[in-house]
Formats: sequence, structure tokens, C-alpha cells
Amino acid sequence: MARIDLEHIRHAYGAKPKSENDYALKEVHHKWNDGGAYALLGPSGCGKTTLLNIISGLINPSEGRILFDGKDVTHLSTQDRNIAQVFQFPVIYDTMTVYDNLAFPLRNRHVPETEVDRRVKEIIEMIGLGGWAGKKAQGLTADQKQKISLGRGLVRSDVSAILFDEPLTVIDPEMKWVLRSQIKRLHKQFGFTMVYVTHDQTEALTFADKVVVMYDGQIVQIGTPAELFERPRHTFVGYFIGSPGMNVLPARIDGSTATIGSETIALNFRPEIKAGAKTELGIRPEFVSIGREGMPVAITKVEDIGRHKIVRARFADQPISIILDEDGAIPAEPRIAFDQKAINIYADSWRVGGEA
Amino acid sequence: MLEMKKISKVVGGETHILPTDLVLERGSLNVLLGPTLSGKTSLMRLMAGLDKPASGSLIFDGTDVTGLPVQKRSVAMVYQQFINYPSMTVYDNIASPMRIKGSDAATIDREVRKAAELLKLTPYLDRTPLSLSGGQQQRTALARAIVKNADLVLLDEPLANLDYKLREELREELPKLFAASGAIFVYATTEPSEALLLGGNTATLSQGRITQFGKTIDVFRRPVDLVTARTFADPPLNTIELIKSGSIFTFDGKHVLSVPAHLSALPDGPCTVAFQPHHLSFDRPFDGATPLTVKTAISEIAGSESFIHVGFSGARWVMLAPGIHDIEPDATLEVFVDIRHLMVFGPDGRAIGGTA
Repeated sequence: MARIDLEHIRHAYGAKPKSENDYALKEVHHKWNDGGAYALLGPSGCGKTTLLNIISGLINPSEGRILFDGKDVTHLSTQDRNIAQVFQFPVIYDTMTVYDNLAFPLRNRHVPETEVDRRVKEIIEMIGLGGWAGKKAQGLTADQKQKISLGRGLVRSDVSAILFDEPLTVIDPEMKWVLRSQIKRLHKQFGFTMVYVTHDQTEALTFADKVVVMYDGQIVQIGTPAELFERPRHTFVGYFIGSPGMNVLPARIDGSTATIGSETIALNFRPEIKAGAKTELGIRPEFVSIGREGMPVAITKVEDIGRHKIVRARFADQPISIILDEDGAIPAEPRIAFDQKAINIYADSWRVGGEA
Repeated sequence: MLEMKKISKVVGGETHILPTDLVLERGSLNVLLGPTLSGKTSLMRLMAGLDKPASGSLIFDGTDVTGLPVQKRSVAMVYQQFINYPSMTVYDNIASPMRIKGSDAATIDREVRKAAELLKLTPYLDRTPLSLSGGQQQRTALARAIVKNADLVLLDEPLANLDYKLREELREELPKLFAASGAIFVYATTEPSEALLLGGNTATLSQGRITQFGKTIDVFRRPVDLVTARTFADPPLNTIELIKSGSIFTFDGKHVLSVPAHLSALPDGPCTVAFQPHHLSFDRPFDGATPLTVKTAISEIAGSESFIHVGFSGARWVMLAPGIHDIEPDATLEVFVDIRHLMVFGPDGRAIGGTA
């Protein structure tokens, strides 16, 4: 397993990039810990796959260096980087048995057969194909094949890193739960360095110790799931993490007071804001309470989604979403209140701190 | 109104759809929910007239249309893969069904612009589909389905290839589009959460059979059998085989859960007890609730909440707990089942003993 250093990496697909906008990946400069589980999360076109391909060696970055445990691997091929990869669609040998598919990466490296057998049996149980060891892969369903791909990614214990590119996209929801928790358990057990690309927030948050949120070719935040949820650094993170995402409301800030429309909201700190910045207040739907006290709100729609309700409303002429418990009720003249601790203030889309 | 009467589909001696009765009203949104290969696409193809049923009949507004080819029906379909005419502009793509129908230029222009506005495509009308993002391409296909003004609109996992944030937005838009048109909408998905967010009606499918059809939230809350309950659960449904004996449920002769009031009429004997992950909690749900001792397998943090996988007497459960709980594997925990929301299924898998 290896620590991964990304040093001033930038990448442009076209030759001779002139401006910042020509870069599909803007400057990335980070150290990723040995044994860490990182998820790269963002919408399509955000640069997450470009970054993964730079780590795997499929792409040579236009600028910068990449180091595994201090060793410069920028110009090494994928094979020479000693990594395992799992792709979105199954990559397996149809004519081989399930067992031989899993054994392949080990035999390729002349691992002794007894060790091969031990590892393959362990992995085959983990992916739930215990009874299928001797079956040819060609007769299997798409998700069984993808499980073999996953198993092949996990079967070697001596790789520098395991890279996953949207590995669960083709898997049915129920199986996703099983596989996800197994990958996580394996990570705890063996401490692989893992990098996992996904556009699915649940997968990213549940898989990773650190989630790398990307937007428009940049890393906008690297944080624990809790940090991304409670303190999004950028309004994009607030929007992208959470269903529904954070409510971001235009607000005027004076000292430790925010004003939205004609409503004033006391803050528990004094945001430091540069003159002329566009200021907004961010509050997650989970931290807006609905009742008889507080600020008036007009309900437009209530969506009962089983374990809770999503209330869509208008507040100070802005749309706002509120999460209400499964058994929660809405009074006749509803009012809302914000949990003061959960309020974030943004200036030109970036979160601002300040004195308490 | 679309009526399917004992419709079945057999391919090469293999039954893909068992004889099915289903009535869909005009102006309704109907979700087909089930895992891969459960028969969603087969059922849609039968509704569209793309395939001939092996038996049964299809009645549309009182007219038997069984065997009538798709070209002669008023049907629009949108698939998981974005299908557009690559050489035409977005405008021409959306306009194409109206041109085929021979509508006049002014009507075409009005309808195309209206659909483009609804689907936020106005800025892209002069572009070709391949220069657009996946979300925009799929919105183009949806806009084309809308202007076609068909009586039956079939959407086969239309959002599956999109980022979840885009899906979230389109999912909110789609029911509004549907409601306005008065057509019958059928929407296939593998994801329970998508069905809940869409609302309307849901038919759950398992192995070529509709297991239940009704208002989405009712099917979710009151599944008629265990198969339906499992199909409609994400995270997976928690279950355990217990013996009901008087006022308690036992396992190995030991008290596990009390029988809640809504199940007082339940007969004694073996049964499957089931509950949703958010009905397992660290907090006592009501006075007098007795805790269960469970062992953790893994905990996953999803921002505002945690999924804690636990084991109890051989059963594997998921607990959805608000807040952040990073619990090490093999820890012993005390948790509560909110028995007020228990579902019980008999040895034949049918729901018994009333519902919460």
C-alpha cells in the first residue's frame, strides 16, 4: 500500500492550453494517506475520471508529478504502478471459470498455488459466489460478472492502491448494500489505499474516510462525510451533498445578523465579509424545523417518501426545502426556525468563518 | 384508460410475464418497480405493442388493440440510453414527431419552444445532441416524447444514466409534466427511493409477476407479501423468523419482541417479522420498549445519518440512525425495534395480522 502525492497536477486534453478554462483538471496539489479510502465525487465533466486516470497511468498529466510512497511514477505505465482497477462494466475472461478469473491476477505474478487458493476462496465467499467457483463466467448475469471484477480488484494483497471507477452502477440496489459494506470491511481489515470514483453521494460518503468533491475541474473540498454535511466549504458542496441539498438563500449580513427578505436571523458568530461580496445563508433541510413559532412560510407541496417527508415551501419569496419526520405534522399556520448551530454563511459562494 | 387482461409473454418456452391484469387511468403516473430481469421492460413492450402477448388482451379506451403494431398506436417511449438523431439540432429532434404527424409550422414552433422551456433546453435548441451533456441529451429525448402528445408514455429507467443530482431535479419536474398532459405515464425503475419520490401508483414486480399495485406510499407502507416488502425496501428490509406466542415473539424460546397493539389479532405460530431500517434505533421509541443486544458488522456514515450493519441471532440487519456513529466491527450494542411499525408475514409469505 502506498501514500499518493499529487504535486501541482494540471491536465488539458487539447494541446497548448492558454487559459485556466482550457484545463479539464485545474491545479491539484494534495497528499493522500497510505491506507486511506478516498472517494472522488462530482457531476459528469467535473474532472474526477481525469484525475483517476492520472493516478492509474492511463493519462500523463500536462503538468505536475505523481508519487507513490515518494517514488515518482508520473511516466510509469499502468502495469508498472502495481495497482488494481475495477471499472464500471465487468472486465473478465468469459471462457474461464469464476475461480480462474479470480486466480488470474495472482498466478500472473507467480503467487504459490496454496496462497492463490486461500485468497480466491476468501474473495469468492465475500462476493457471494461460493457455489459458482467451477462455473464458466460466460453464463453469468451482468451483476455476477461485476462481482467477479470486484473480486479480481481485491484479490491481491500487495498492490499500491485499488482504483474503482463507478463499480456499482450496474448492480441492483439490494446487492449494492452488501457489496459496499464488504468492500468497507475489507478496507478496515487490510488497510488498502483505495480511490473510488462515483457520482453517487451515498456510495461516496459511506465508502470513504475522505470525500474529494470536484466541480468544474477543481477540488472544492476534501473532508469527512460529517464535514461535508455540516460545513460545506462551497455552496456547490452544500447543493451536491444531501437530498435535497442545502437551502442557499440570498442574505444581507450585518455584524452577527442575517436578513432574508424582511426576516432577521441571529447568528452565533460575526462573519468576516469583504465589501461587495455576494452573501448567502446556507441551511440544510434537516436543520429547518416547522411548527407554530418562528418565521412565516407558505407550503407548496409535501412529498411523503416513506421514512420522512420533504416539505417544499416558499420563504421570503425563495424556494426552501424542509425535512419532516415520518410522523411529523404541519400546523395550520406553519412557521419555520433555523437551527443556529447549523447555519453557514457564504461570500461569493465560499464559506466564511468569523468570530464567535 | 389502458386495461391489460390476462396478458402474458412467453419466449422460447420460457415465461417472461405471467398472466397479468392491470388497469391504468388517464393522467396517472405509474411506476414499475423491480430488480433487473423482473419483467419491467417486457411489460412495457407489451403495453407499447412492440411485442405480441402469448395470451390475453390489451384494451385502450374500450377498444381492443391487442396485436396492433406500435406505429398505429399513440405511444412515446424514452429509454435508459439517450436516443436522439445525432445530425439534427435539438430543435429538430424535438420537432420530429410533430413533423411526421404533419402539424403546421406555427404549431410545431409553439410546442417545441414550450417543451424546451419546461426541460430547460431553450439555450441549446441550435446545438446537436452530441455536443450536450448526458442530462441535456436525455432531456431532449423527454421533450420529444412530450410534444408527441401520445396517449401512452413509457419511460424505461430514463434517469439511470444520469448524475443523481440531475435525477433529483428531473424527478421533481417529471410528475408536473405528466400531470399537465393527461396521458398515461409508465415509469420503470429498480430503485425504491425513486418510486417514493415520484409518488403516483406503483406496481412491484418479481420474476415476471406483478406482486402488488396501488398508491405508491400504500404499497410501501402496507405490502401484501414479503416479496413486495423486499422489492420496495432500500436499505434492505430487516427480517427475522420468530414464533408468536401470546403477547410476545420468541427466538429459541427466548423473548425477543412484544406483540404491538396493531398485531393483537395475529395467530400464534411461526412467522417472519420485518421492519424498516429507520425503525431500528439507539433511542427508546416509547416508554417500556425493551432493548435487543446486537453485534455490529460495519458502520457507514452518510453525512447526516449512519447505516449500521448489525447481527442478531443469525439475522443481518441495517439500522438507519440519525447523526454520525462510527462504530468498530464486532462491538456489542443495545438497540430498539419500534414495534409500532412491525410487519408480519406468514409461512406462505402473505402479510398477516393487520398493519400499522
